[in-house]
Amino acid sequence: MQPNDVIQPTAQGLFCPRGNFYIDPWRPVERALVTHAHADHARWGCDAYMVASEGLGVFRARLGSEARIETLSYGETRTINDVNVSFHPAGHILGSAQIRLEVDGEVWVVTGDYKTGLDPTCAPYEPVRCTVMITESTFGLPVYRWPDPAVVFEAVNAWWRENAAAGLTSVVFGYALGKAQRLLAGLDATIGPVYTHGAVEAMCEVYRAAGVSLPVTRRVERDIRLNGSEGALVVAPPSADDSPWMRRFQPYATAFASGWMLVRGARRRRAVDRGFVLSDHVDWPSLLAAVEASGAERVGVTHGNAAVVARFLNERGRTAWAIPSRYTGENDDDSSASAEETGGAS
Amino acid sequence: MKAFSALYRRLDETNKTSRKREALVDYFRAAPPESAAWAVFILTGRKIKRALPTSLLRAWARERAGLPEWLFEESYQAVGDLAETVALLLPPAANERAWRLPEFMAERVLALSTAGESERRALVEATWNELSAPERFLFNKLLTGGLRVGVSEKLVIQALAEVAGVPAEVIAHRVTGDWQPTGAFYHALIARETSDALSGRPYPFYLASQLERPESTPVFGPDWSAEWKWDGIRAQLIRRENRTTLWSRGEEMVTPAFPELEAAAEALPNGCVLDGEVLVWNNGPLPFGALQRRLGRKNPGKTLLRDAPVILMAYDLLEYLGADIREQPLAVRRERLRAVLSAVASDRLLLSPALPAESFAAVAALRAKAAAHGAEGVMLKRVRSPYRVGRVRGDWWKWKVDPMTVDAVLLYAQRGHGRRAGLYTDYSFGIWKNGELVPFAKAYSGLTDAEIREVDAFIRTHTVEAFGPVRTVEPRLVFELGFEGIRRSTRHKSGLAVRFPRILRRRTDKRPEEADTLERVLALLPEAGSDPEAGR
Repeated sequence: MQPNDVIQPTAQGLFCPRGNFYIDPWRPVERALVTHAHADHARWGCDAYMVASEGLGVFRARLGSEARIETLSYGETRTINDVNVSFHPAGHILGSAQIRLEVDGEVWVVTGDYKTGLDPTCAPYEPVRCTVMITESTFGLPVYRWPDPAVVFEAVNAWWRENAAAGLTSVVFGYALGKAQRLLAGLDATIGPVYTHGAVEAMCEVYRAAGVSLPVTRRVERDIRLNGSEGALVVAPPSADDSPWMRRFQPYATAFASGWMLVRGARRRRAVDRGFVLSDHVDWPSLLAAVEASGAERVGVTHGNAAVVARFLNERGRTAWAIPSRYTGENDDDSSASAEETGGAS
Repeated sequence: MKAFSALYRRLDETNKTSRKREALVDYFRAAPPESAAWAVFILTGRKIKRALPTSLLRAWARERAGLPEWLFEESYQAVGDLAETVALLLPPAANERAWRLPEFMAERVLALSTAGESERRALVEATWNELSAPERFLFNKLLTGGLRVGVSEKLVIQALAEVAGVPAEVIAHRVTGDWQPTGAFYHALIARETSDALSGRPYPFYLASQLERPESTPVFGPDWSAEWKWDGIRAQLIRRENRTTLWSRGEEMVTPAFPELEAAAEALPNGCVLDGEVLVWNNGPLPFGALQRRLGRKNPGKTLLRDAPVILMAYDLLEYLGADIREQPLAVRRERLRAVLSAVASDRLLLSPALPAESFAAVAALRAKAAAHGAEGVMLKRVRSPYRVGRVRGDWWKWKVDPMTVDAVLLYAQRGHGRRAGLYTDYSFGIWKNGELVPFAKAYSGLTDAEIREVDAFIRTHTVEAFGPVRTVEPRLVFELGFEGIRRSTRHKSGLAVRFPRILRRRTDKRPEEADTLERVLALLPEAGSDPEAGR
């Protein structure tokens, strides 16, 4: 990074001195531009937020009714001091955005978390041309190559069907915001009734209000007990695993939906009956393709395997550097253990 | 191969024993005998001769995937398993083919050890190109020396017993020792009649349980007998049909490594099986370190035989005059054993003495003297007990001497493997020497999953330097390490090497300055002879 760069890493997070605002700061600041509503990006306590308008509902749900939130539609430009700011779909979750800054003809893009694969619950990722790209790298290793989501959903539905036939309730764990809704949208709801944990259902309501179509779900109320004969599927946040809340579903089989499930060690550590590889981040080939498509002269890499991706890009003749992040988010256990409190997702 | 791969998935996917057993039973019911024999062979962890060095496998895979070496290594560090890393990095198969397990093993795995270098590469690459991702992982595992499936041998035996309708103990005996995975073997394995040809094979070992609460466990009195717990290699010495075999507890045939025992066993009557401990002996047992020089060394030379001579310290007799006497009470077996050994009168085959176990106080007093006898604790055995199979609680207990402990500071960390892949779980610890922390021991186990996550997060946020896969961390966390033995070593920076180091607990109450010094640890050396608690 150079001293007159448009974006500077600081103790609070990425800072734009020319515009006097932060992007996804991890401490309270005056003005925060936020890529998406997961809590490791959208922190409490800032004086003012600016987000993509498609995400207003989820940000409200996460930041509270008191927060001052300004919105910008995808593609719309606002000038802050002399920086032209716009938000562009990132395909990560509902309302997720890449943030584009233009100063003196130089374009910087902060991707936030993003994926290029299909997801009917949010606007698809749009490549944005830029001079400098700051990309996430959660799954920035060549071992991460996602299977076709259609094949994964077939496997989810087949697993559900088998469980239903064997008299077991199927419980799938996935982050309450984003992953849970994507999962629900991929289910074959003719197999049986679908139940949701309260934290998941709260986010489903926000998605439905934003016009996303999801199957009919029933919130798991206090008096609900299942015995397996219903052939039901339950979507719950990972924190529900191994909790007393699960007793009402006995007998059941469990699964976890996450990109980390690609690796056997992570699967075994999760100790679920089944791991489904379903990620809301770019895998290795799509990360490289996104960098290519951006036309960026320089690439800042953050959030995950930053050093690896930066080194690889440098060896391929691009100028790249690693931007340190406050988050240890390079590993599944960090993100999965803290994800429920922080809303972070993989 | 498809069926076996499906079985593997079912076993790997669940951690419920009942489901694993169900999967095994389903597989064995449906599989043809030749395939089932191979499955038993693989699932019980039998070694296939390593067909190629892993360095070749890495290099070929890296070239296939078109990755620089460092990136391959980074991937391996994150995945924690070479076979899996390779399976994930290779381009998808272009030419999938349905293999049967026996042909696959013969033509694609065993064939590799006889093929020439270039042939081997062609064979491996062709195979990668024929297999689905899960099968490819299994193939790589077989090439890199074994597939740990997360099923115990006991579970495989139980499943086979269920399929065969034969008691599990019989199956256990039949799968013990050396055999070839053929259809004929599998037929014999699940056969109902029990007239087996078991000539060279050991019995399944009976394993003692850890005595956790000695004060409150009723293991003292006239029904109990004590012995020293020797620190050697558990082994069965078998004399049948004028032939001798020695089997270690890992079910490896180790006869060629210990020619002096093979010679001594010639004096034993035929149809005789001793259970005991192989020890390096010079008027008393030498520390385990001495025995390590003999391990895995086939046909040792004269110098080694003279410097590190071994004996068998026998404590049980499992077969006498060709009859399996494991059901007879321990007291009877031991009496027979005493008679056999006194008739043989060999200075290589010794009787582990029976010690009094009349009260907790008496045994505790014995245990306090264990180190002076070169033992690592005491064993307690019920005098009327049969010789059981595996680790069955109740009749045999081991009560080890408390480990030596040291408070040390976390210095370096590396990511773990298997269930801990990707997490920083392999630690190096330092102690103080002239105001500086010097590396002292590595330890892997002993923390709970929650503690591992905490320490992992600390490591990620307090890394001072990363050197390849190794992270140097700020020296802030103190841990209590336990170990079983300590000796001088020129290969370690601290000048010390410890045996079985492990983490006992995190010392959140201690600051790094309060960790132990080298001087304090030196006092633990046997030659120091002083009170190890001094200087604390």
